[in-house]
Amino acid sequence: MAQNNEDMLTVRVWRGADEGEFQSFRVPSRENQTVLDVVTEIQRRQDPGLSYRFACRVGVCGSCAMTVNGRARWTCRTHIRSLSGGPITIEPLANMPRIRDLACDMTGFFDKWGKAGNDFTSARSRQDTPAQVDPLSPQRKQADAAIECINCGVCHASCDVVKWNDEYLGPAALNRAWSLVNDERHTEKKTTLEAALGPGGCSNCHSQGNCMAACPVGLSPTRSIAGLKKMSLLAMIGIE
Amino acid sequence: MMMEVRLYILQRLSAVVMAPLVIVHLMTILYAVRGGLSAEEILARTEGVTIWTVFYGIFVLAVSVHAPLGMRKILVEWAGVSRAWAGRLALLFFAGLIFAGGRAVLAVAGVLT
Repeated sequence: MAQNNEDMLTVRVWRGADEGEFQSFRVPSRENQTVLDVVTEIQRRQDPGLSYRFACRVGVCGSCAMTVNGRARWTCRTHIRSLSGGPITIEPLANMPRIRDLACDMTGFFDKWGKAGNDFTSARSRQDTPAQVDPLSPQRKQADAAIECINCGVCHASCDVVKWNDEYLGPAALNRAWSLVNDERHTEKKTTLEAALGPGGCSNCHSQGNCMAACPVGLSPTRSIAGLKKMSLLAMIGIE
Repeated sequence: MMMEVRLYILQRLSAVVMAPLVIVHLMTILYAVRGGLSAEEILARTEGVTIWTVFYGIFVLAVSVHAPLGMRKILVEWAGVSRAWAGRLALLFFAGLIFAGGRAVLAVAGVLT
């Protein structure tokens, strides 16, 4: 283990809830090290009371997102060497209440998924044969482009409109709505579309594209929301 | 369909209408201003000209729709005003723009003299 001064990272970690302060830790710098590794090392070796959230450690589950040096990121796939150097500042995700240390309360975030009409409804039961969906149909391609979301909340935390407007459903929920209205198996398209076009819906988006820039899996909620806006225009002139 | 989306589309459509009109409006100002931008100076040359009456009639309508809707959003998002109050203030702004702009258009049409 490297213990020279220059081989140590200085890490400032948020402690407390909405009220709190940063606490500095010194963590050995390693050849191959992610931000989640650093947080885990602090918790295992220096302060077992540090609260944070993670599960898979390999970029699948979307649990470990935090604000690192001012930007929301998935910490398990953010390598220390990809940061700009200098002290590392780690906080919980923005735009959500802080529970303790690096864990934030994602209840509101997931409630908004529900408010965006995001329950999949099917006309088939488990006794029926699976639906045959043409993967090359234009509609399915639209759905596919939006479907790999891991619910990490990074886009929600990066969105200025979410910060300004409590009512706004946010990029993740609207991206999901877009994948549903393009899913030919979904029977409640009208309900989903009405929710996505409602008071907290797609018309609030300023198309700044922060969500797209921050999305760790390379999705573009901005494009999905633009699709919903286009759909709203078509619906208004009677084309659905 | 929900009111928010209707207003959103109305704002975008009014922007589409305004885009070419703004360009003509600015070019006209740059090209045609002689003795300053006073009402008398402008009306002396435009009064009773149908094309300017129609042009600015459409322009005033588009602006009166577009600007209050933008202001309404700014009030909600940046000033923390409730949607109901922002809507009322936007309506007031709309009325002001329609009054001032409509008066100018009527003057160009020659109705106010």
